[in-house]
Amino acid sequence: MAKTTLAELLDQRPWLLADGATGTNLFDMGLMSGDAPELWNMDPEQSHKIRTLHRKFIEAGSDIILTNSFGGGAYRLKLHNLEDQVFEINKAAGVLARLEADAVDRPVVVAGSVGPTGEIFQPIGELAYEDGVAAFTEQAKGLQAGGVDVLWIETMSAEDEFRAAVEGCATTGLPIVGTMSFDTNGRTMMGITPENFANFTADMPNAPVAVGANCGTGASELLATVMGLIKAQPDAIVVAKGNCGIPEYKDGAIHYSGTPELMADYARLALDAGARIIGGCCGTSYEHLAAMRAALEAHEKQTTPTIDQVIEKLGEVSDMAKAASCGHAHAAPKSARSGNRRRRKAS
Amino acid sequence: MSDEEELDLSTLNDDELVEQMHDDLYDGLKEEIEEAVNLLLERKWTPYDVLTKALVKGMAIVGVDFRDGILFVPEVLLAAGAMKGGMFILRPLLIETGAPRLGKMVIGTVKGDIHDIGKNLVGMMMEGAGFEVIDLGINNPVEDYLAALEEHKPDILGMSALLTTTMPYMKVVIDTMIEKGIRDDYTVLVGGAPLNEEFAAAVGADAYCRDAAVAVETAREFMARKHNQLAAG
Repeated sequence: MAKTTLAELLDQRPWLLADGATGTNLFDMGLMSGDAPELWNMDPEQSHKIRTLHRKFIEAGSDIILTNSFGGGAYRLKLHNLEDQVFEINKAAGVLARLEADAVDRPVVVAGSVGPTGEIFQPIGELAYEDGVAAFTEQAKGLQAGGVDVLWIETMSAEDEFRAAVEGCATTGLPIVGTMSFDTNGRTMMGITPENFANFTADMPNAPVAVGANCGTGASELLATVMGLIKAQPDAIVVAKGNCGIPEYKDGAIHYSGTPELMADYARLALDAGARIIGGCCGTSYEHLAAMRAALEAHEKQTTPTIDQVIEKLGEVSDMAKAASCGHAHAAPKSARSGNRRRRKAS
Repeated sequence: MSDEEELDLSTLNDDELVEQMHDDLYDGLKEEIEEAVNLLLERKWTPYDVLTKALVKGMAIVGVDFRDGILFVPEVLLAAGAMKGGMFILRPLLIETGAPRLGKMVIGTVKGDIHDIGKNLVGMMMEGAGFEVIDLGINNPVEDYLAALEEHKPDILGMSALLTTTMPYMKVVIDTMIEKGIRDDYTVLVGGAPLNEEFAAAVGADAYCRDAAVAVETAREFMARKHNQLAAG
């Protein structure tokens, strides 16, 4: 059948279901911590596990699956001495997802996952902007060669790195989706608010077709930041891809606290809040995702929830994420620095 | 701001200069910090006083605002860079004058974990607070931690993990320390985005530090307790 594009799907449907966790599910399949999951794309002994991951998410109801290429950029692969295989590893990631997406008779969009470099950009850090763009370009070309439909930039923290990723991905001509991780008091680690993100992406060259939030802390906190994004840019197509609750340590292992019921509530609230693309991140299993699909199928979109309703259903939200959810991110606490500053360096 | 005149630091009295240094650290102005450190030394301040009263106190303000969500990683990195400029001048003088050490920390991400931005931030903020920091980098097996404890004799061991799959390795390290009978010789602090207090208690760490600012506060508390115990004992 003819491929249906992401844009067409968005036109036809009120919401689309993305997928769940890649990393935490691969660990359940035997990935050892410290190993690069992307290497499994190239390993005939292991690549069937990546296909199983995609297949199970499709069976659970995903309309969009993300390739196993989150750490597939040169700066991440360098930590495993694989930086000379960026193109091949990403191409293989695309091919594996494509095979599973094309095996079913409903449209499933393959999104090429592009994660952060793990470096801090100049002038504060070491990485030159152009080098960042070059790394993202290389990864994006590999994913394109593997047949992905869109490029999916995720878990970003810094504006300069996000811009570099978009610039690199845009060289393919593919549509781009971009999400940041708002994990620090309702902001990204580098201080970007949902409002900042919504506004700068609306204005940028090669603007993403959809923007949103992924990972972060719990499902409730993520939803608060999604509400902040929508508040700032009501016309944006917004992605909510939250973690399955928060990680808890029990009996020597880590479990995510979210139940399928909680993730079903989260999916309904995300839709009510105005998100169009809804999925899970760390800890979200096939079972959670199936519960989200069932919840969305049966749900009539309601008015935007208040932050108190989100807290009641999904759990506590940090004060600053609360403020961000209604567009008051600037109501920050008072600085500890004394008020009588005499001088700024002339610049 | 062109309407403001460039300020000559040497015209400030000591109190004004120290206050200015707090501001300049906050703004990450490395050259100004270096200049001011040299001025205070010329005015016969001890290196230890320059460190504690000017630099550490200034970085404490940065730490509080980081903790409270007013400053974020970029600003803290700039401030730490300015602090480092001052420390570069002070370090040999501190050793020379036999100044009291504020504490020493060995830090690294645990085996399997290659995510080091958080660990680096803690290292920088700890240095900013006057601690000596030995950074073991990423992906450390228990043997590397033990060797570093043996070699550097730190007060504090810091372990960091970003991944839920690597967090449990902290328990391996602490259990090995217990086995060797050296657990209580060190304060063990753990950190990383997915961790919490319950986790720290479950693996046998002394404390969980939510962020780099909390790490500094916690390290200070434990150092103070240690000094009190030594004084009492």
